[in-house]
Amino acid sequence: MAGAAVSGRLTWRVAELAEARQQTHNARSLVFDVPGWPGHLPGQHVDVRLTAEDGYSVQRSYSIASTVDGNRVELSVQRVPGGEVSPYLCDVLEMGDAVELRGPVGGYFVWRPADPAPVLLVGGGSGIAPLMAMVRTRAALGSRVPFRLVYSVRTPEDVYFADELRRRVRDDAGLDVRLVYTRRAPAEATEPVGRVSVATLNTHGWLAEFAPNCFVCGSTGFVETVADILVALGHDPRRVRTERFGPSAPQRTQPDR
Amino acid sequence: MSNDYVDGNALAGDLQEIFAMDMTAATGRCAGCGYRGAVATLRVYQRAPGLVARCPSCEKVVLRVVRGPDRAWLDLRGTLNLEIPLPS
Repeated sequence: MAGAAVSGRLTWRVAELAEARQQTHNARSLVFDVPGWPGHLPGQHVDVRLTAEDGYSVQRSYSIASTVDGNRVELSVQRVPGGEVSPYLCDVLEMGDAVELRGPVGGYFVWRPADPAPVLLVGGGSGIAPLMAMVRTRAALGSRVPFRLVYSVRTPEDVYFADELRRRVRDDAGLDVRLVYTRRAPAEATEPVGRVSVATLNTHGWLAEFAPNCFVCGSTGFVETVADILVALGHDPRRVRTERFGPSAPQRTQPDR
Repeated sequence: MSNDYVDGNALAGDLQEIFAMDMTAATGRCAGCGYRGAVATLRVYQRAPGLVARCPSCEKVVLRVVRGPDRAWLDLRGTLNLEIPLPS
């Protein structure tokens, strides 16, 4: 699985929507059935291609949120207002509809379960998707690698995989999850609303001396800020792996930093 | 430069189509400033006829790839070299 997943010629496959559920008010999880899916490593992504009847086609990358499960591949798609692909995937695509998909691709932002180093995951908004694949793969393999997840969202309603994360914190030994709310926190929150800071990562991350593998995924501004903090805290830049999905959603009035 | 970029992870599909292996974990050296880092760490601008990858240190263009229906054009003049991990 591992070798096949990072090399070999790419082909476009027809993927049928098999399951869908609303993650937040503007994000949807889509589970595709992809015949011949070769398996993937947690953190890898796929390219999705839509082609109009006149031949115009458009392509986007989405991280895989699922662990290996036969021909099933789960993506989380956040609706980008005015986007060419995400509104279609979020609002129009129905069960049994098909898109073209190729992958898995990417060999950099990948957690390799054989690596015993502790893991720090830092996600912003929909940047949770590839990190979720890592959390799920860890559980599926019965790995004991210690994981800490710091997940930044605007409000409690913006948490992707909220029920599953609550369940995993309880059931997955060695997994810690820290939610950081940037706009509005739930009543039971113990810390004030704010952005991921030096103090957050100092308290809820790993000491640099433990040489953890750090994976940071989110909007470009979020990733730049978090990666800078981790390096300032002494983490080896080569162990801070990043994935940026671009500017934060345009409906936001402030930069997501 | 604006924040309107993603990173070299977004090159994975188009480069794997050409090289038949993952190139985002390869380490490149910028011809402009000598920056050395994974292809995945480049800044990638997608609002162009193709993909334009810039050095995260000096912002010079290090790689461009344009895909046509039956061919691709790859411009690497801004890249001094690429160190590519191969299975042993």
